[in-house]
Amino acid sequence: MAQTMTQKILAAHAGKEEVRAGELILAKLDLVLGNDITTPVAIGEFPKFGRAHVFDRTKIALVPDHFAPNKDIKAATQCAAMRAFAREQGIVHYFEVGHDCGIEHALLPEKGLVTAGDLVIGADSHTCTYGALGAFATGVGSTDMAAGMSAGETWFKVPGAIRVVLTGRPRRWVGGKDVILHLIGLIGVDGARYQSLEFTGPGVAALAMDDRFTIANMAIEAGAKNGIFPVDETCRAYLAAHGAQAPKVFAADPDAGYARTIKIDLGALEPLVAFPHLPSNVRPVRDAAGLPIDQVVIGSCTNGRLGDLRLAAAALRGRTVAPGVRCIVIPATQKIWLAALEEGLLAQFAAAGCVVSPPTCGPCLGGYMGILAAGERCVATTNRNFVGRMGHVESEVYLASPAVAAASAVAGALALPE
Amino acid sequence: MKVSGKAHVYGDNVDTDVIIPARYLNTPDAQELAQHCLEDLDATFASRVARGDILVAGRNFGCGSSREHAPRAIKTCGVSCVIAATFARIFYRNALNIGLPIVECPDAAAAIRAGDAVAVDFDTGVITDETTGRTFRSEPFPPFMQELIAAGGLAAFWRARK
Ligand code: SF4
Repeated sequence: MAQTMTQKILAAHAGKEEVRAGELILAKLDLVLGNDITTPVAIGEFPKFGRAHVFDRTKIALVPDHFAPNKDIKAATQCAAMRAFAREQGIVHYFEVGHDCGIEHALLPEKGLVTAGDLVIGADSHTCTYGALGAFATGVGSTDMAAGMSAGETWFKVPGAIRVVLTGRPRRWVGGKDVILHLIGLIGVDGARYQSLEFTGPGVAALAMDDRFTIANMAIEAGAKNGIFPVDETCRAYLAAHGAQAPKVFAADPDAGYARTIKIDLGALEPLVAFPHLPSNVRPVRDAAGLPIDQVVIGSCTNGRLGDLRLAAAALRGRTVAPGVRCIVIPATQKIWLAALEEGLLAQFAAAGCVVSPPTCGPCLGGYMGILAAGERCVATTNRNFVGRMGHVESEVYLASPAVAAASAVAGALALPE
Repeated sequence: MKVSGKAHVYGDNVDTDVIIPARYLNTPDAQELAQHCLEDLDATFASRVARGDILVAGRNFGCGSSREHAPRAIKTCGVSCVIAATFARIFYRNALNIGLPIVECPDAAAAIRAGDAVAVDFDTGVITDETTGRTFRSEPFPPFMQELIAAGGLAAFWRARK
């Protein structure tokens, strides 16, 4: 039977010739991820699975990023619990603040910990980011993380899929964020529920890895189980450059059954923004320009990579942040932070009136370093604009690309980058 | 197994950020989390909810973050069951894994009103609105999930099958 790319990866990990949508399978895991919020709960569950040690200390990644560097005593306690667990279990991929730290979904690909064809679960919903590398990666909860750490395998319901065929080339100032916002606007926040989003078509070649990470990252915002890209030269080059293991390439059968096919002409897209309080409330920035704002956040696992920072810097073009607007720039990893320093981007941001933060999730989830007061509006390159996501329940988050975010910081209002 | 209680009714896309806001995620303690359950959607919920009460919501309940703190807060504050038109995937998985009963039933989700007395029979899948006398039928769980629920969650299930 013809299978999707996702189904082939799942079948390979379940030791089966083929799997069908809806089938329940037990599959082996290549990597299990947790952060400083979800790992403490998983550590509490871990002993209940009846084993003293993790299944493989090289196949677990623990990343303090949400409330780290520790934002308060309780957060410090959670990080300490995770650190102690990592030591006691001899976890190889524990990433300490400052050394080689960063936001988990930017960090793991950068460290070469995920390769094409892998099966990854992470106790964080944006684990789907690694689909950009041709891996099956999906978010789970802490109990699943504990089970995965203990047994090295877990259960999955095989998903059906939506095929997203990309054509054309994006215009200037249009990138991965606009592609995924367009798609979510089209199908809604539960449009891909229980399904894979499989991206394909000639347009894939026109997207840089950073764009693909952004797109796969927000697959969950359409309710998808995973988002996945084919393995092409761009992907292979990225994997090789980051020291990942040799790719195991799975391609969808041409006659694989898809629930639906959606075509997106990248060349027809324009800069988009998602209004509060759902990522599907998408409008062209053109129609919303001039809406006054209080804060801008450029960062997160969605858009905190070097390509994103370069785009933001280009949109700033030597201008300064509007009076009364706070613009917070957060490189997603230590390596990105250093590269941005060496390229002069950090100096440019600081001179423009931005504040540059160390790598952290920080304001993205309303953690710290950029919390909004009642009535405040923020344009953010993050992925969620739910009620209260970045602070007070009466604050508002507008999701957009780094280019739109930077242009808006300069204008003091939602603005196009030209 | 059967549960019954008073219904608390909410709309579509109730996300895990409003179920348990991130500002409270600096502890894994379920008792503490329960005190803030649904705070950003309905600030009075945690103080009004009584043991056995039932949450009723529309489409895509539990969307967003994978934080298991969300079903844990709901379970610990006393809710005996969540009925929704549909559930977001990770929440669905998490609820079963920690032993919080959930039932997908669009008809019940649309008809039940806040304050109604509701009973859910997990063996038959029948939901009864005792206030209006209406009954609704939900899809039973596949056998694998029934085993998982009967075991009381993933850890117990896993230990039993090893
Ligand atoms: S940056 Fe935001 S969305 Fe990404 S992992 Fe951190 S909190 Fe989650």
